[in-house]
Amino acid sequence: MTRPWLAGLAAAALLASCAADRPAAAPKAAPRVAPQLFSRDPYPSTYRAYPGVPTLIANVTIFDGEGGRIDNGSILIADGKVVALGASVEAPAGAETIDGRGKWVTPGIIDVHSHLGDYPSPGVEAHQDGNEVTGPVHPDVWAEHSVWPHDPGFSRALANGGVTALQILPGSANLFGGRPVTLKNVPARTMQGMKFPGAPYGLKMACGENPKRVYGGRNQMPGSRMANIALMRGTWIRAQEYKRKWDKYEKDGGEAPVREVGLDTLRGVLAGEILVHTHCYRADEMAIMMDMAKEFGFRVAAFHHAVEAYKIPDLLRANEVCSAMWADWWGFKMESYDGIGENIPLVHNAGACTIVHSDDANGIQRLNQEAAKALANGRRMGINISDETAWTWLSYNPARALGIADRTGSLKPGKMADVVLWNGNPFSVYTRPEKVWIDGALLYDALDPTRRPVSDFELGQPGEGDVK
Amino acid sequence: MTRLRRGFVGQTRLLALAVAGLLASPAAAQMVAITGGTVALGDGSEPIAGGTVLIRGGRIVAAGRDVAVPAGAQRIDATGKWVTAGIVAGFSRVGLLEVDAVDETNDVQANNSPFSAAIDVAPAINPLASGIAVNRAGGVTRAIVAPASARSIFAGQGAVIDLGGDMQPITRARAFQFVELGEEGAGDAGGSRASAHVLFRNALREARDLGRYSGIAGGRSSASPGAPDQRDLALEEIPDNRLLTAGAARPDDVLLTRFDAAALVPVLTGRQLLLVHAERASDILQVLALKREFPNLRLVLVGAAEGWTVAEAIAAARVPVIANALLDLPAAFEMLAATQSNVGRMEAAGVRVALGMINDDEARQVRLARQQAGNLVALGRIPGAAGLSWGAAFATITSRPAEAVGLGGELGSLRAGRRADVVIWDGDPLENSSAALTVLIDGVQQSIENHQTRLRDRYRTATEGRLPKAYDR
Repeated sequence: MTRPWLAGLAAAALLASCAADRPAAAPKAAPRVAPQLFSRDPYPSTYRAYPGVPTLIANVTIFDGEGGRIDNGSILIADGKVVALGASVEAPAGAETIDGRGKWVTPGIIDVHSHLGDYPSPGVEAHQDGNEVTGPVHPDVWAEHSVWPHDPGFSRALANGGVTALQILPGSANLFGGRPVTLKNVPARTMQGMKFPGAPYGLKMACGENPKRVYGGRNQMPGSRMANIALMRGTWIRAQEYKRKWDKYEKDGGEAPVREVGLDTLRGVLAGEILVHTHCYRADEMAIMMDMAKEFGFRVAAFHHAVEAYKIPDLLRANEVCSAMWADWWGFKMESYDGIGENIPLVHNAGACTIVHSDDANGIQRLNQEAAKALANGRRMGINISDETAWTWLSYNPARALGIADRTGSLKPGKMADVVLWNGNPFSVYTRPEKVWIDGALLYDALDPTRRPVSDFELGQPGEGDVK
Repeated sequence: MTRLRRGFVGQTRLLALAVAGLLASPAAAQMVAITGGTVALGDGSEPIAGGTVLIRGGRIVAAGRDVAVPAGAQRIDATGKWVTAGIVAGFSRVGLLEVDAVDETNDVQANNSPFSAAIDVAPAINPLASGIAVNRAGGVTRAIVAPASARSIFAGQGAVIDLGGDMQPITRARAFQFVELGEEGAGDAGGSRASAHVLFRNALREARDLGRYSGIAGGRSSASPGAPDQRDLALEEIPDNRLLTAGAARPDDVLLTRFDAAALVPVLTGRQLLLVHAERASDILQVLALKREFPNLRLVLVGAAEGWTVAEAIAAARVPVIANALLDLPAAFEMLAATQSNVGRMEAAGVRVALGMINDDEARQVRLARQQAGNLVALGRIPGAAGLSWGAAFATITSRPAEAVGLGGELGSLRAGRRADVVIWDGDPLENSSAALTVLIDGVQQSIENHQTRLRDRYRTATEGRLPKAYDR
């Protein structure tokens, strides 16, 4: 049997000679040989907020993203931040004032699960960059190295979806799929230009059918669910050993251990610096993954897809794991067979962290509608969740799962002015984003064609600059 | 239509949930009046507050504002609710699979079949598929079901079905032939559009030749003296339209099996609709041009993501379109100009557009059609976009798909004489928050319970009680 990570080991050893690209701060007690810390951020964000004008939206209904609601209120944004919101807010001199009568203001939607950029449009073979299907254990690959910033899908997510930040993940062919990247939904020439400054890294894992189908079909491990878990555990054991060596070296110096790109990621997970996002459908498998997290001492930030989360909301709550879900997807494969339209409200109702996600270049344009369907399905079975509470599924909870809730995801003074003005109740099918600000910059305006991004790919093509 | 609707195959337990007063069987000629609701006919007109729908014998007697309720009619009060034509899934694969990725359950495509045009989906429809039950609960009452192409540009013959809970799903078998003439067609044809077009022409040539020699339906001669002329029968009444005689001599240079060639005879003669999938503007124009060469073809365009750019040509050709509602990404090079305004712009140019779900969850999620239609209404408020009025949007998921397959007189609206496919909703059916409360197909009340509703009820409380969950039902 081949062990793909052995090949990775050799490659990593070659890279090790150029690994330490940033010297450590001077250690307190001089060891024999000072440890060389490697950069945790070798492809840093170059995103800078675009300029905005102080803007007051008055007479508007506000969902603050953390469950708060202000009717007929006002919100002021300036210098890229939320300044104030309430029943009445004074507009500073020179501020633009928007009459929000009949409209709604919410935090920008954050999609915790997207493949924009790594499975971009057009979906031609040359663009299939989301899965490293050459081996089931690939914590070494980083989705950001696949992201094509000119994917036209980003602009649709902005203009039709009100999406202001999103996590781009590797696919689910592999048990360890690699590192996702969190982006601001602001067009840029480079991936780094979109990268959410200071967002923690993630690790994509996948349980269930996909890995065993891809590799079992090649007569390779994993060919079964039990092999999924066996390979994961074996890999975590290596990661623990790697972490022990590197922790010791970074503390005491001496001879540097061999560096492996993939194990750097797993060490980051075990150190609590990198957040685990696990593709998992079935309840029984999620329970196993939560035990595995305990076995090796890490935490799962979110189960993605989580089609059967409604069967174990008590466990999810106790383990403080978020569930990122669709409203009504079901039946496309065996592990999605038990999908129900009440999954989201049932998870919420049990007190577990609830997120609406897309995993889809079309679905990301209507996450508000997905939440609306789930909300209504819940109410129909007697689970009465308010509209403003349901908005936590779309911005604050995904921000929490991504480790950026201290900066965005809700409309609190001092936080990033990632804001959507909707032309009606955003849970209505008849409502669309009217304006979208990211860090206070107006980047979409339905009433102004010059505030509509057009990707490089679409320039000079049929339909360029259309409303889409 | 010679087939009469059967009696309801009832499940007593489910019927206990029925709205009091609705009939379990259409056989009785009892008049039923659904009163007080907001009525949407599905014919493109706007909703009617406080309307009445009269049903008798599985058919609509009358519907609208000033409909008198005859004495003795059973009354169903729908005050505060919406009463509409049932949703017609415009392009789907409903009933052809249970789980997409479980091959044994998936009859959409036959990758290793020797046949293409001859394939007929009707015997593969499973009326007990979860996709039928779930979408029925979502207010979908009929579906246009097409096979998918595999090794030929011709996918085979599709059917119109109902989503009732009985064992007779077919409304019209062999309602159309489905062919791929875009990117997919190029792939099916060996690698180019040029090859797809020559294969198409060759196939129709072989059909023409075969039609001359044999007594195939739609061909020029009868099968045998004394037998009824097949041209006088509805296509689906012909036991096997694909090859009636053994004496069909053929030239040597044939590519199609006799079955496949024979299946194309009614297409050639215009007795069977031809649904053509094409997305790119130039592909669409090539499809329209086929009419010059084959004047009897009765075309329906499927897809047409770039249709808005050539909408006047489509309108002039009077070819209806079954389009995806919300494509707005250049997901393929054949749809660079995709926009959610496609449907609205085509309609504005005079094209008659139905919504379908082309290669997009079309076997299990056709219930999403009403959300899609609602989004088309929303577009009307975006400057530069083209939306639809509520009534026009609702027609794209009711009467328009029925009309596209030639069944507008039979299905898809609440106009008098149509089959009584009626849904009572708890609110505006295009809104995200609304759901179907009562679903009638041919006037027969249907169960809206299914695997999903049962799971929901079992896990209303997730933790175990006195016994394991498996005892909880």
